[in-house]
Amino acid sequence: MKRWTRTLTMVTSVVTTGAVVAACGAGSSREASGASASEVGITKSSIKIGAHFPLTGVAAPGYSEIPTGMKAYFDYVNANGGVNGRKIEFVVRDDGYNPTNTSQVTNELALKEQIFAMVGGLGTPTHAAVVDFLNSEKVPDLFVSSGALQWGDDVEAKPYTFGWQPDYESEGKIIGQYVAENMPDAKVGLFLQDDDLGRDSEKGVRQFLDKQIVAVQRYTSGNTDVAPQIAGLQAKGADLVLSFNTPSYTALSQLVSMKLNYKPKWFYANIGSDPTLVGSLLSKFSEGKVDGASPLDGVLTTEYISGVDSTDDPWVKLWQKVWDENGGKGDLTNYRVYGMAKAYAFVQALQAAGENPTRESIVKAVENWDPSTAGPELAPFRFSEESHMGISGMRIVQLEGGVSKPLTPVLVTDTGDAPIKEDTSGQGDDAPPANGIPDVKPAG
Amino acid sequence: MQQFLTTALTGLTLGFVYAAFALALVLIWRSTRIVNFAQAPMAMITTYVALVLIDAGVSYWVGFVAALVAGLVLGAVVERVFVRPVEGKSEINAVILTLGLFIVLHALAAVVFGSRYRSFPAPFGLHGFQAGELRIALTGFGIFTIVAVLVVMGLLVALFRFTDLGLKMRASAFNAEVARLLGVKVGRMLTLGWALAALVGSLSGLLIAGGSLVHPSYMDSVVVYGFVAAVLGGLDSPAGAVVGGLLLGVSLSFVSGYVGSELVALASLVILMLVLLLKPGGLFSHAAERRV
Amino acid sequence: MASLPLPLAKVGRSTLWQSTLWRHLLLAVAGLVVVVLVLEGTSDFRNAQLAAMAYLGIAAGGLTVLTGLNGQISLGHGAFMAIGAYTTALLYQGTEPVLPVLGVLLAATLVALVVGAAVGVAAARLHGPYLAGATLALAIAVPGIALFFDGVLGGEQGLNVRLPEVPGWFADILFFLTAHDVSSSKYVAYIGWLSLIVTFVLLANLSRSRVGRIWRAVRDDEVAAEIAGINLGRARVLAFLVSAACAGLAGAVMAMAVRLTAPSGFTLTLSLTLLTAVVLGGLGSLLGALIGAALLTFLPQVVTGVGADLGLSDLQSAELTPLVYGLTMVLVILLAPAGIVGSVRGWWRSRAEKAHKPA
Repeated sequence: MKRWTRTLTMVTSVVTTGAVVAACGAGSSREASGASASEVGITKSSIKIGAHFPLTGVAAPGYSEIPTGMKAYFDYVNANGGVNGRKIEFVVRDDGYNPTNTSQVTNELALKEQIFAMVGGLGTPTHAAVVDFLNSEKVPDLFVSSGALQWGDDVEAKPYTFGWQPDYESEGKIIGQYVAENMPDAKVGLFLQDDDLGRDSEKGVRQFLDKQIVAVQRYTSGNTDVAPQIAGLQAKGADLVLSFNTPSYTALSQLVSMKLNYKPKWFYANIGSDPTLVGSLLSKFSEGKVDGASPLDGVLTTEYISGVDSTDDPWVKLWQKVWDENGGKGDLTNYRVYGMAKAYAFVQALQAAGENPTRESIVKAVENWDPSTAGPELAPFRFSEESHMGISGMRIVQLEGGVSKPLTPVLVTDTGDAPIKEDTSGQGDDAPPANGIPDVKPAG
Repeated sequence: MQQFLTTALTGLTLGFVYAAFALALVLIWRSTRIVNFAQAPMAMITTYVALVLIDAGVSYWVGFVAALVAGLVLGAVVERVFVRPVEGKSEINAVILTLGLFIVLHALAAVVFGSRYRSFPAPFGLHGFQAGELRIALTGFGIFTIVAVLVVMGLLVALFRFTDLGLKMRASAFNAEVARLLGVKVGRMLTLGWALAALVGSLSGLLIAGGSLVHPSYMDSVVVYGFVAAVLGGLDSPAGAVVGGLLLGVSLSFVSGYVGSELVALASLVILMLVLLLKPGGLFSHAAERRV
Repeated sequence: MASLPLPLAKVGRSTLWQSTLWRHLLLAVAGLVVVVLVLEGTSDFRNAQLAAMAYLGIAAGGLTVLTGLNGQISLGHGAFMAIGAYTTALLYQGTEPVLPVLGVLLAATLVALVVGAAVGVAAARLHGPYLAGATLALAIAVPGIALFFDGVLGGEQGLNVRLPEVPGWFADILFFLTAHDVSSSKYVAYIGWLSLIVTFVLLANLSRSRVGRIWRAVRDDEVAAEIAGINLGRARVLAFLVSAACAGLAGAVMAMAVRLTAPSGFTLTLSLTLLTAVVLGGLGSLLGALIGAALLTFLPQVVTGVGADLGLSDLQSAELTPLVYGLTMVLVILLAPAGIVGSVRGWWRSRAEKAHKPA
């Protein structure tokens, strides 16, 4: 009986303490909560941003190099004094290209690390899992590393999210038109990742090739056995395969085709076509019997920033310099170039957001992006208050010995039935400032 | 016709690998009445041993043999250190133990070798053959897979049928008490059984990895398919495991090719449940039904 | 909570305390107070973690009843969580959800219960390794269904689940009690913990009831139970469906906490993780399941920190956590098959017996 009373006393005291603690909180907390929301993650001397990337798993080859490129450029800017005296701190979390993990690491980035903005979060299925959360928490979600339409086509629902690279529908349209004009007799097969990446690009391709398509096959990211899909394309007699897939699946599809003696013409979308990476994956599979990047010789793809093979390009020269000074292990790759180009755009946005950026002012700044601003992208951005779509176009290239040969000028378009035109803005011909750091005036 | 042939041949090649894996499970089941769910990560670890050696520049074959030897050692160690204490005790404890080992080996591989996807070489060509109009989806490596599994099976049959050691192992598995009375060192025989099983498991790991991507969970689904194959054959019979593996490989390949690769695992579940509920002794059982 | 504070249970002399139902309800109220205090005293990020602990706890509670009380093993509880989560995602998306939160939770539980009954009928005829293998196949088969029917179930990308809106009355009550506004993530944590408390009270009563005694009898000695007139099959199926229903509820809370239901959330790892929680805590103890869930939620940070101190890379130290889980699981089976709670309880009992002997 005695111990029972003691327990009861204890419980009572815990409850009372709780009530007192709660009472002390009353009145003070209700007003204070919203006031400083826009200054989260930013101080006089630093700004903390973060992103989720696949550092492990099937999407990691290639994509895991993107944050290293971004970090190298941020370090370069920090070494030169930062942006308005603020050093950029870039927190990267691995999600293994697994949407459930993305949700967890984004919780951590937004609530625990208290980042100012998410910059470059990678992947269509992965980022789709967190885009609503970021918008409801009012975290700027800049330059998503994916070309799905949903980052830019619904500004009202996702006011804080912005795309960066050309959307997959536009890419599909540009590819579709090229094929319709130049290979009108081709029997077209589609090899698609089974999510918005595949769906958006199929929508674009079908605008021009609906009648030419003889087979559509989809793979699930993570399942490395694509033999049934490739055999399905082969069975329908497709002699031109348009593939919208991540880099590992370029290697896997090539490998399976060899096994099946299937030799169509391949057209890989930009995101899966890096010849160096695919070549290294392939040559190891076969213990050197398939050498280097040669299996991708003659393959068609697209390009919206100049890659490492364009050694004379002033932007590539800058990336090389940045990588030599601030990079980690390994060579400059197209994925690192991608990361640096994106980091460059973020620095531009941060400058445009003013002396003392807030989450709202950086969103405003990107919406008011001046399309004539010099940048590594070959075609201008489409950012406005109505659209958060990124780069407006690309050119079609053919790979020869690991080098891309342009087949078309830079073509620009938009989603829906917007026409495809040659780009006349001169965006592809500009050069970076001498010190390699943009100098954008604060917007409005 | 083309797709049918391709699907069948892909399935047959895969079936031989499942057969090898099922054989490994059956060897252990016969000797210790334990289903070794850790067989998959054990095979994964030994494949990484080969990969590290090959990446360091030695020939594929040195890596291949090293992986098999590593499997032999790993199997013996696992039996002596972890499994011995739970042998003959509660079934659930043994199951949980092998699953614990499953998690441990997985994590160890990720810490030591990294969890990146890495490409694993194949020693023979990865090009299919062409017979006139017909493309035959059987690569040099595919043929090697089939031959390697057949050779190992032959060696095992020879061991159990024609050697004194094989007889002792069979005796220990059949009736440990009697075998002990006859002077057989039963414990040693059980260890040897696990070691041999792990060797066969390693072989299947190497064969699946060849010309494909390797990562710490690449064998995970194989343990399920291997288990289903073994149950198809009755879980007690090595010959049954082999037939079960081939049947399962071909059926799953057809499901994958004609229905959808997403449903392969579901198909294996359906096959498993049908066998367990209708013919629990396996497809070839004549004896009275046994509780499963 | 059947096994919650043993010292409390022993000293209880009042009739109130002796009644199982009242004791459990009292504990539930105490638990509720603790939940409110903890959730109000911690950050949004901790709230999100605690929500994760709640759904792992619910699922582990269901599994521990199945494995600990009834002696059936399931490696497929991740599949039942998936069923609950997909039910939730289908009923709770867009701006106009079909049902309110409570309705969604019940629906998810019910669907998992029905599927659990079907699986349970098959499972009741299997034992040991066969059951383990079959449920393992279930765990890897179910995500494939979501991929195959991607039109309805969203494929790889999965279905987004909306953040539940905090109802006005709930916000009012909490503001009255604590003077804090309720954020959505905090609300989800409350949903999780209220579900957990309700589940645990029901499970605790069930395990103390005639049904619970029957389950234990079946686990301990099938033959004796059968002679005593127990229908083995029915007892097994019942245990399985109760356990599956818990997993379904856990899946529903998970869907709301993660805000997404996708196949990648229901890997083999999840099912094995649940088993880990149950083994760590001690088979058959609800308190143990809760401790297991807490370890699963909070141990990773500690272990990852240790890994970083040891000079491992981020990716390597992240893998230390499963390593610790696995090793503990192996060690528990080899050295202390009763788990943490079971071992402590055993030690407590032997001490208490010694203390009582002289008297």
